[in-house]
Amino acid sequence: MAQLFFFYLAGIIVLTSLLVVALRNPVYSALSLLIMFFHVAGLYVTLHAEFVAAVQIIVYAGAILVLYLFVVMLLNVKREDRYHAQFPLGALLGATVLTEAVLLMLQRGGAPVPPAAAPPAPAAGPALSTVEGNTEAIGEVLYSTYVFPFEVASLILLVAMIGAIVLAKRDLFEQKG
Amino acid sequence: MVVPVSYYVILSAIVFTIGMVGVLIRRNIIIILLSVELMLNATNINFVAFSDYFHNVAGQVFVFFALTVAAAEVAVGLAIIIALFRSKASINVDDFQLMKW
Repeated sequence: MAQLFFFYLAGIIVLTSLLVVALRNPVYSALSLLIMFFHVAGLYVTLHAEFVAAVQIIVYAGAILVLYLFVVMLLNVKREDRYHAQFPLGALLGATVLTEAVLLMLQRGGAPVPPAAAPPAPAAGPALSTVEGNTEAIGEVLYSTYVFPFEVASLILLVAMIGAIVLAKRDLFEQKG
Repeated sequence: MVVPVSYYVILSAIVFTIGMVGVLIRRNIIIILLSVELMLNATNINFVAFSDYFHNVAGQVFVFFALTVAAAEVAVGLAIIIALFRSKASINVDDFQLMKW
């Protein structure tokens, strides 16, 4: 049952990813990316990561993709007629990397390691066992072990906000002169 | 029936490769940024899969950080695209050759 669900989600994810790259109209690409985000969120739910699934939908599907669609419609781009001239090179490189990754995977852990039989001992570090619930567990770790990266993330967001305003505003520097 | 972690890794590799090929073969800058989002999502799938496998929530915390960086990247990237479109009236990558060797 779990495997059936995984194969459904994985199939849709791969299909919509291909559509993102293959479709000519940018709006259709963005919409298939939306479907892909929702199915990735479903994959997170099957992996017992409910908080990340919710954040995936809120941030990716709610904020990032709306921003993309806004820019696509603002710029009113036409559909492109053909792919880039380096299409054969890109396809060859992609096939090579994919073959390498799958071969490595099959060689190393291909006989599927039964995860139930061999769950590695909880490593030293933030292994949560006392807290109930996914969100509580993430919150405990985020605000204790990773509190400094958390503050750095807020700084990154601030810098990105200022940078986006400076770049997109038309006459920011002309008004001074 | 539990899904082996190798399945997730292979799925992630496939999605990452699709994103990489998309960056290489498309002319539209917006689609190139969408392909970068595909690659970021592939890494996030890996993070969450291993977080579940090792029973360690640190992987999910890192997904949180990757998401933050993705949001910042999208904001700055789209601002750059708007500025480029304003100066050249095009979002075709072949039209921007100022720094090309």
